[in-house]
Amino acid sequence: MKLAKNTFKNGIHPPENKEETNGLPIRQFSFSPLIILPLAQHIGAPSKIIVREGQEVVRGQILAESDGYLSVPLHAPASGMVRKISNVPTISGKMTTGIYLEPFPSSTQEILEGNPIDLDTASPEEILLGIQQAGIVGLGGAAFPTHAKLKIPEGKYCDTLIINGIECEPYLTTDHRVMLEQPSDIFLGIKYLMKATGAKRTIIGIEANKQDAANFLRSLLPKNEPISIEVVPVKYPQGAEKMLITALLDKEVPSGGLPIDVHAVVVNVATTAEIGRLLPHGRGIQERVITITGPGVKKKGNYLIPIGTPLRYVLEQVGVDESISEVYMGGPMMGVAVANLDISIVKGTSGIVVFNEEQLHRAAQVYPCIKCGACVDACPLSLNPSKLGILAKFESYEKMADEYHLMDCFECGSCSYVCPSNIPLVQYFRLSKSIIRKRKVA
Amino acid sequence: MKKHTLHISTSPHLKKDLSVEVIMRNVVLALMPTAIFSIYAFGWNAALVLLTAVVSCVLTEHVLCRLTNKRSTLSDWSAIITGLLLGLTLPPIFPLWMTFLGGVFAIGMGKFLFGGLGYNVFNPALVGRAVLQAAFPVAITTWYASFSVNRFTELHPAVLGAPFMKPIVDGTSGATPLSAWKFDGITTDTADLALGLVSGSAGETSSILILIGGLYLVFRNFMNWRIPVSILTTVFIFSGILYWIDPVEYPSPLFMLFSGGLMLGAVFMATDMVASPITSWGVILYGIIIGALVVIIRLWGGLPEGVMYAILLANALSPHIDRLIRYRVYGTSLKTS
Repeated sequence: MKLAKNTFKNGIHPPENKEETNGLPIRQFSFSPLIILPLAQHIGAPSKIIVREGQEVVRGQILAESDGYLSVPLHAPASGMVRKISNVPTISGKMTTGIYLEPFPSSTQEILEGNPIDLDTASPEEILLGIQQAGIVGLGGAAFPTHAKLKIPEGKYCDTLIINGIECEPYLTTDHRVMLEQPSDIFLGIKYLMKATGAKRTIIGIEANKQDAANFLRSLLPKNEPISIEVVPVKYPQGAEKMLITALLDKEVPSGGLPIDVHAVVVNVATTAEIGRLLPHGRGIQERVITITGPGVKKKGNYLIPIGTPLRYVLEQVGVDESISEVYMGGPMMGVAVANLDISIVKGTSGIVVFNEEQLHRAAQVYPCIKCGACVDACPLSLNPSKLGILAKFESYEKMADEYHLMDCFECGSCSYVCPSNIPLVQYFRLSKSIIRKRKVA
Repeated sequence: MKKHTLHISTSPHLKKDLSVEVIMRNVVLALMPTAIFSIYAFGWNAALVLLTAVVSCVLTEHVLCRLTNKRSTLSDWSAIITGLLLGLTLPPIFPLWMTFLGGVFAIGMGKFLFGGLGYNVFNPALVGRAVLQAAFPVAITTWYASFSVNRFTELHPAVLGAPFMKPIVDGTSGATPLSAWKFDGITTDTADLALGLVSGSAGETSSILILIGGLYLVFRNFMNWRIPVSILTTVFIFSGILYWIDPVEYPSPLFMLFSGGLMLGAVFMATDMVASPITSWGVILYGIIIGALVVIIRLWGGLPEGVMYAILLANALSPHIDRLIRYRVYGTSLKTS
């Protein structure tokens, strides 16, 4: 049996719920009276503060510089005064060092220019440095420093650059709007990325529920450039790097490997647009597009929100129901439920989804596994979540990793989504993975 | 902004609207045409047997949960399915006290001893029936003709037979097509078989209605179609080859498909999710094993019917099949690990 092209094996179809915001243009959000900036906004070492309390800063100025290779600087999202340098709350519940910045109400909020990176003359290394200096991390949600991802390891080469415009998370429409509204930034970003990686061609992957974006970008494709647009069927979790590579290139990233092992580099489309927008001016990232939606939100939409804006302020501005009971940062499939509305928007925040008590589908009762196989049919990696779940219960963590490839699981949650017994499978796997990692360290 | 009480849960925050209970309820629904037809064909006798089987399974499950201080598991509907299936595999005039005992064994031994729903190795209804087959070999092969004129006016005396009384054997009331073929060499018209105008266990006579129920479950995605398809295909091909070799000695493949408990077993028993393998290739292998065993037991065994044993044997193999057949995990080159 020949497998259908342009997609990957298995996967699920959760309700998309994108129609409420995908037609709403990106709107600028106002500055909150106080901006709260945690330093750890990316995977890797937190940046190092170079301003002091009471100092006046200009929008775009570096507040904290990168501390090592896997780290990026933090720029001032607004012109204002550094009120305090102390602990700030984060989504994980832990406190971390951060900066409280009070924007000047009367400021023009003009953005400071830095050292522009000239596309024609800059070397790949200079482009990577420029991306790092712009404070860019993966805006899809993982917040991995983009320059580190683009660095081709010794002895490997990049053949294809994949621009990820899949946005398979239900409810989220930021990438969709970016593709409709920032095409020139995207195409310029692609040029920078191709030069930095040495890729010979670029494929922009877009899910079929954003056909308008695909048509629009296709109509603007620069002539004589090896850039193509591929529309793939709607399926979760197609936005995962491995799944997208399989859908577009019909190749599998080796277990434990990286996309570069199949000569590919995958960059989120909003990240690409940001590169195209910031590098020519040598600017740093100050804001990002966020979808604010869900049954509990009054003014749903796609907003350009300054980094560091407190979540509470965001929700006050858009208006939420009295009865909100769950707020997620990110999409509902992989996003994180927040415990505290005083945390702030960070570079990795792709969406805010708010649910009421009534609209929540909380699993009523957990039944034993009836071996229905729904999870096996859902897992995009062809793992056996049913068996892994049973092994997790028996705490056979080593067996899970060694025989059943637990460490390949990227926690998309498809198995938990489909399980008729309501078994929290992916939650078991997260826990098991962390236990295995701890044991390895010990 | 007012103070909100925020709930914390881990992703995914969305959940497909499907539960074990919904699946089980639909299986019960899919069994309804078969059960109703069985009452229509065999009258009050079959109705009482079915009712007794369901009540005894539900009661056993409830009592065992209470005795072991477990949360009652009746709401998952699985005990009702076991009861229905058990009743449907019994002769329509099976003594009620034996039926009740069968339900106790089905749930107690077939399900509860293994740990309850999800942990049973064998199909509980078949475990119950196997016990009855061993204990009451005469009663379980005493048949009753379908569509007898007085089926809704009087009960067959065997049905209400008192416990430990010698079962009333007036087995003249109709041999099953399989026993007629096996012991007397008489074949039955395929159309009669498919429509269920024959004698047999309460629920195994109308293949068409069983298939309709099965198709409904497949359509709703509550059943793995590969299991019945691979069982029926195997039976058809295997018996077809034998029929082609010697059409006098062996019955036609269509007779094999539509007679006895094959349809009910292939569609509703072998497909028991808990006791069957989990992977697509695994269930195909499982189906082939069942199909081959059915033909072997029927044609060369001492019994006219072999579906029950074929499924129970394959149930025992299914954990091993799952261990044997694994999918190639994404990004790995090994077939198994």
